Amino acid sequence: MGEIVIIFFSAILINNFVLIRFLGICPFLGISQKVETAVGMSLAVIFVMTVASLATWVVQTYVLLPYDLVYLRTIVFILVIAVLVQFVEMVIQKSSPTLYQALGVYLPLITTNCAVLGVTILNLNEAYNLLQALAHGFAAAVGFGLAIVVFAGIRERLELAEIPEALQGFPIALIIAGLLSISFFGFQGLL
Amino acid sequence: MNDIKVLWRGIFDENPTFRLLLGMCPTLAVSIAANQGLGMGLATTAVLVASNILISLLRSVIPDKIRIPCFIVVIATFATMVDLIMAAFVPALHQVLGIFIPLIVVNCIILQRAEAFASKNTVWRSALDGVGMGIGFTIALLMVSAIREILGSGTLFGLHVLGFWQSFEPMRIMVSPPGAFIVLGLLIGLINSLSMRRV
Repeated sequence: MGEIVIIFFSAILINNFVLIRFLGICPFLGISQKVETAVGMSLAVIFVMTVASLATWVVQTYVLLPYDLVYLRTIVFILVIAVLVQFVEMVIQKSSPTLYQALGVYLPLITTNCAVLGVTILNLNEAYNLLQALAHGFAAAVGFGLAIVVFAGIRERLELAEIPEALQGFPIALIIAGLLSISFFGFQGLL
Repeated sequence: MNDIKVLWRGIFDENPTFRLLLGMCPTLAVSIAANQGLGMGLATTAVLVASNILISLLRSVIPDKIRIPCFIVVIATFATMVDLIMAAFVPALHQVLGIFIPLIVVNCIILQRAEAFASKNTVWRSALDGVGMGIGFTIALLMVSAIREILGSGTLFGLHVLGFWQSFEPMRIMVSPPGAFIVLGLLIGLINSLSMRRV
C-alpha cells in the first residue's frame, strides 16, 4: 500500500508529467488559454490515461508477453489508445456539445498526446503490477491536470500584461512554464 | 513551387520547431547535451522521411475516413524499426534517449507532414519535404541542446569548450527541466524579433 502512495505522489508532484518529464507539452501549451477548457481537457485525459493504463497492462500481460511479441508494443498500444480516444470523443460530443466545441482539434489529438503513450510505456518499463499501473496512470493524469489548470490561470492574467512584441504568445508561455517548472522542481526532495 | 523550395522551406520559413511549433516534447526533453539532440534529430528524420515516402505511395489506396489510424500505423512501424536498430547499434544513446524513441510515433511533426503534405503530393516531393523538415528539426534541437550544454555543463559534444574561462560556474538550472523551457522560449522570442525586423 505504501508503495502505491509513493507512486501516486511522485507522479503528481516530483515527476510531474508535463513540467519535469516533458510529456504532453502540445495540449499543455495549446489549450491553456481558459481555465474552463483546461479543466475539461484534464478530465478527458484523466479518463483516457487511467483506462489506457488498464487496457495496455492487460494486453501486455495476456497477449504480448505469452506470445513473445513485446517488440510490437508501440504499434499495439497506440491502436488501443486511438480506439479509447475515439470512444471518449463520441461520449463528449453527445453529453456536452459546448465542451466538444471548446476542445476542438485537441480532442482527437489526445491520441498523439505523448503523455498517454508515455505512461503506458513507463508502466511497462517499471514492471508495475495492475494496481500500481492504474495508480501511476491516474496520478500522472492528475499531475497533467494540475499543471495545465495552474498554467491556464496564469495565462488568463497574462492577457492584461504588457509583453514585448517578440515574446507575445508562445515564447512567454514557454518562459512561464519554465518558472512553473522551477517551483515543481522544489518537490524533488519530498520523498 | 520547385523542388529546392520544398526542401528549403522546412529549414527556414516553416521550421517545425521555431515556426510551426510542433514536436515540443522531444525538443525540450532530450536537449540536455548536443549529442543527444543530434541523435534524436536524426532518428526523427529517418522516421519522417520513411513515413512520408510510404504514405505518399499509398495516398490513393488509403480511404479518406480512416486515414489518421492508417498514418499512425505506418509511423509506428517505422518508429519501432528505428527503436530496434538503435538498441542494436547505438545502445548507449538508446539508453539515454529512453522512452522518447518509441514516442517518435506521437511526434506531431510526423503526423502533421503526413496529413498536410505526403497525402497530397508525389513521392519525390514528399521525400524532399521529409528531409527538409527533418533537417530543420535537427538544427533546432542542436541549437537548444548546444546552448543548454555549454551553459549547464561548460562542454559541447563532451569537449570542454569553456576551458579558457577558469572561473566559469556551470548553471545547473540549464541542464534541469526548467532550463529547457526558458532556453526554448527565449530562442523563439529571438527568432521572432529577428524576422520582424527583416519584414
